[in-house]
Amino acid sequence: MSAIGIDDIEGLLGVEQYEEEGEFPVERGYIWTTCSSVENGNPLFWDDAVADELTGGPVAPPTMVSVWFRPHHWAPGRTTAALPLQVHFDLKEGLGLPEAVMSDNSIVFHEPVRPGDRLTTRQILRSVSEEKTTRLGTGRFWVIDVEYRNQQRELVAVESYTGFGYRRAAARAEAGR
Amino acid sequence: MTTTPTLLLDGVTPGATLPELAHPVTATTVVLGALAARDWRPMHHDKDFAVNRNGTRDIFLNTPNLAAWFERYVTDWTGPHGRLQRMTFRMLGSIFPGDTMVFRGTVTDTGVDETGCGWAALEVTVSVDGDTKTACTAKVALPRAADDNPWARRGDRWRP
Repeated sequence: MSAIGIDDIEGLLGVEQYEEEGEFPVERGYIWTTCSSVENGNPLFWDDAVADELTGGPVAPPTMVSVWFRPHHWAPGRTTAALPLQVHFDLKEGLGLPEAVMSDNSIVFHEPVRPGDRLTTRQILRSVSEEKTTRLGTGRFWVIDVEYRNQQRELVAVESYTGFGYRRAAARAEAGR
Repeated sequence: MTTTPTLLLDGVTPGATLPELAHPVTATTVVLGALAARDWRPMHHDKDFAVNRNGTRDIFLNTPNLAAWFERYVTDWTGPHGRLQRMTFRMLGSIFPGDTMVFRGTVTDTGVDETGCGWAALEVTVSVDGDTKTACTAKVALPRAADDNPWARRGDRWRP
């Protein structure tokens, strides 16, 4: 991870960063646990005959795409937990904006994700705004895309996050702490 | 075996509403959803942390699991042929144990894209006591005929 300044941002726009492979292959246990957690009875995920007919074999619910990248809570030899969406934290640190919120999140779904897939992600900074003041404080909005690909390098999904990194207004900061 | 589509594009018109879904949220709903999404952060399982560190009244549903709830709500309506193309979420408030969350949806538009794929655009909300907690827009591909299957589309024939 490297600290970035406002002068570095133009050079980072559109650049693929932090390519990362998920810690484990896509597997059906999590698919069933997720479907169970929301009582999703879609036969695509429960009935192999329907999955064979409609999707050429089992698939994962499309909205699960980020699940395959959340790191284990603990892993041998690891001393610090990895941060998802590292570009977001780079921007906070590099631009000196200690607080941040995510406002909008969108996902576009491409090729289906299947059990056994090994997915990789890359983070791409798409835009950073001029300084703006909102009711939270003064800072900048940014948009980060996360691309997900399978082991054939096929695009399976693109997530876009809109973040707002900011400094609290002085009075609010005192009241808030 | 042939699975008959539940819903065809022809049967959907803008302004139509999806059946409402109400679900009582318990601590188990929140914890099960967080662990299913591999979200180990304490505000989704530790009430003491949620109250004293986050300042919320209890643990609350995590966003990736809410996405799974929205998916389930949309595909309950479309049946298994329905294939999500895109979703956008706007988070407005949290959902806690003891809440009854209510999903509602409206068709805002329908069409056929340049590849011949039929689609419906939806506005879906989840609310508690009438307050919208998350708003979602979704676009879902629907079959145009009994022998059409959006999942069979690959490469250039799938433009979500």
